[in-house]
Amino acid sequence: MASSCRRPEHSAPPDVFYNEEEAKKYSQNSRMIEIQTQMSERAVELLSLPEGQPCYLLDVGCGSGLSGDYLSEEGHYWVGVDISTAMLDVALDREVDGDLLVGDMGQGMPFRPGTFDGCISISALQWLCNADKRSHSPPKRLYTFFTTLYSSLSRGARAVFQLYPENSEQLELITSQAMRAGFSGGMVVDYPNSSKAKKFFLCLFAGISGVLPKGLGSETSDRAVSNQVQFSGQRCRFKNMKGKSLKKGRDWILEKKERRRRQGREVRADTKYTGRQRRPHF
Amino acid sequence: MKLLTHNMLTSHVKGVTNGYPLLIKATEVKVNDVEFNPEFISRMIPKLEWSALVKAAEELGHRQDLPGELVPEYEKNEEFLKKVHRALVEVEVVEGCLQCPESGREFPITKGIPNMLLNEDEV
Repeated sequence: MASSCRRPEHSAPPDVFYNEEEAKKYSQNSRMIEIQTQMSERAVELLSLPEGQPCYLLDVGCGSGLSGDYLSEEGHYWVGVDISTAMLDVALDREVDGDLLVGDMGQGMPFRPGTFDGCISISALQWLCNADKRSHSPPKRLYTFFTTLYSSLSRGARAVFQLYPENSEQLELITSQAMRAGFSGGMVVDYPNSSKAKKFFLCLFAGISGVLPKGLGSETSDRAVSNQVQFSGQRCRFKNMKGKSLKKGRDWILEKKERRRRQGREVRADTKYTGRQRRPHF
Repeated sequence: MKLLTHNMLTSHVKGVTNGYPLLIKATEVKVNDVEFNPEFISRMIPKLEWSALVKAAEELGHRQDLPGELVPEYEKNEEFLKKVHRALVEVEVVEGCLQCPESGREFPITKGIPNMLLNEDEV
């Protein structure tokens, strides 16, 4: 978790931080829009909604409706809740399809039981871990949010939260309150080996317990389940002893490509030309 | 705010046991053109509180000829689904307020967005 960059939760409460100026960024900054859309795409994938069926979804912390745009694109109907009126004004300007509400997650979701087929939330949950007023108690607010969310979801629905946890205690706090509220599920981490592309998704199931999906770029962590040293009868040559291949060799290149692939970067496919020398020129 | 959302909203003020349905006091209502999706409408009908929808549509003066009781075999009745579609997603409350039936607390609606924020003593 990057400690060097400034965390917005530390500067001000969400309704103050997301003012007109900050909200404007979400409609103009193409990089921000791209990242938000990518994360919504992944969140919807993790929701694993029934194929080809229009669903009724809840977007918590919908902001300017970037995640909602993706939901509409997929043919779903949605309701967005956000605490910042400036962000919702941007959403109105962008003419999003979903219905919007001003609401505070920590005060609970004001919906009838069994309303929604799923819930997504992009970069919002970590705001609940802060006490912005004297009367705020993060565990209590999280518990209120999760219990009311649980009842407003239909049985068998999922809720996927993309979040930026500050430390492991925060994650522990969030997951324990979610479990107390009756949810099952857990964390899915995409690209765990990269500090930049790493993304945390909290996947919760209401009613029935499902199988937690795997994070992207984490195949190797599954393979390395056995913590034992693998025995081989061969004696290792000295250069292989450190577990690294000879620099500039084909193996070294393949290893490096694999490493970068795990970090979620764009890497050319491995072909017979990979690491091959060019023909000699006169 | 669409009537679909209104049908799902409840009052979450502390101490309120039955905050449903919220009364609509609208000062401005508009009708949008929204693409008709029969599959979605027929999926949503079992989730709706039918009497609340009819009441809300009547309050806004957009009931037209929405029947008081749910029609059997509505999935195949396209004419009926179109009426429900109009009431659910095309009619929109732009200005006004929602009132909790039990506590009388009012939630203002501005620019089509209901403000469901509670005061500290209501949580």
